[in-house]
Amino acid sequence: MSLLPYLIAGWIFLAGIHGMATSRNLIHAVGCLAVTQSSTYVLLLSVGYRKGATAPVFADAPTSATVVDPVVQALALTDVVVGATVTALLLALVVQTAKRHGTVDPDELSGLKG
Amino acid sequence: MTRRARLWVLAAGLLAVAALYAAACTQLPGFGGSWHPYGDRAVRAALQQRTANAVSSVNFDLRGFDTLGEESVLFASVLGTVVLLRRTRDEKRVPPEPVRVPAPLRRYGRLMLPVTLLIGLYVIAHGQLSPGGGFQGGVVAATSLHLLYIAVDYPALERFRPLGLYELADGAGEAAYVLLGAAGLIAGSAYLANVLPPGTFNTLSSGGTVPLLNAAVGIEVTSAVVVLLAHFLAQALEIEGEREEGRST
Amino acid sequence: MDDAVVVAALVLVAAAATAAVLQRDPARQAIVLSLLGLSLAALFTVLQAPDVGLAQLAVGSAVTPLMILLTVRKVRQRKGRPK
Repeated sequence: MSLLPYLIAGWIFLAGIHGMATSRNLIHAVGCLAVTQSSTYVLLLSVGYRKGATAPVFADAPTSATVVDPVVQALALTDVVVGATVTALLLALVVQTAKRHGTVDPDELSGLKG
Repeated sequence: MTRRARLWVLAAGLLAVAALYAAACTQLPGFGGSWHPYGDRAVRAALQQRTANAVSSVNFDLRGFDTLGEESVLFASVLGTVVLLRRTRDEKRVPPEPVRVPAPLRRYGRLMLPVTLLIGLYVIAHGQLSPGGGFQGGVVAATSLHLLYIAVDYPALERFRPLGLYELADGAGEAAYVLLGAAGLIAGSAYLANVLPPGTFNTLSSGGTVPLLNAAVGIEVTSAVVVLLAHFLAQALEIEGEREEGRST
Repeated sequence: MDDAVVVAALVLVAAAATAAVLQRDPARQAIVLSLLGLSLAALFTVLQAPDVGLAQLAVGSAVTPLMILLTVRKVRQRKGRPK
């Protein structure tokens, strides 16, 4: 049990990488990158978890309460939103690729065209 | 390299990473353990600054400079997307055909739009107190506007979404964060230091500069998501290449 | 009891992530990705991270899948065009 969350994060990471490397469609590859990204959130929040503790929000808990690690949560939180905008940038690149080359299969994009 | 050879290289790489990662996991502190040196210090600092939501305190106070970096990544990717998805000379704008929306969907959408928008603004405003803040509330507020597209139609969304203003607000949010950081310098402290009085714990006016930075991020994220979705919607629904004339899509 | 819920959420996330990778059609993948976003939000809530759960719920279940679907529509629109 004490290793399971870390190993699952690793599994998600490897699955995402595998999907990106074998993808035949750039849109699918971007989706796989989103999967890979989510593995880092699972790892970070698992590292910060503390058994029997509550969320690090003291609006409705006594200030003496034991809480889970807020630092890793802050890291994951900003990345969730910023990651979505980076996904948007990649999808915009895919749209441009489709416009210029008429395909979104990475295998058909082998040669550089002027 | 052939596809087959590439798959072998991939398999070797994945296996090596898996083995090294599994070995590294055994050295990590156990899941659910009680050893969190950074977390404990961050919580103490958050309470000292009278910020009830320790996560917001980390984001906008303790690690405010890091959030500036994150925000700049966000700003840069929005800028890049806008440049990549702009209408080029050989493309033309074709207004999409009006679509009849079923009456129940229209009623439900009109009902939910103000509710969702309010929730988004609430989540932004209470970032220093309860779970939420500019990042989450911004996304919620931006998505709420797009209920117009689902419940009414695309022209309605365009009418109620002055894109130029949102692009301006995106820049203004980023600028506000940078300038609020400079306030620390003017007050004789470090850049992005929390120089305002911390206020009363667990009220809206607590946390010093946290609610202000939070609001700046809220403005930026809201407008960023609106701008991004606007460009994707325009590409998918309106903009067509010259050569596609006469094709119905 | 807590452990059982965490393990269940973890298994759900792992299954959704694997399904998202294996689904090769991007339009369907977008739907699986929004399911992944929902299960991640549930996992984060169980791990006592409501802040992250909220962000994941808003981004992962709505914004990212929507952008993928719009890209799919744009790209399909251009396919079949004479080269």
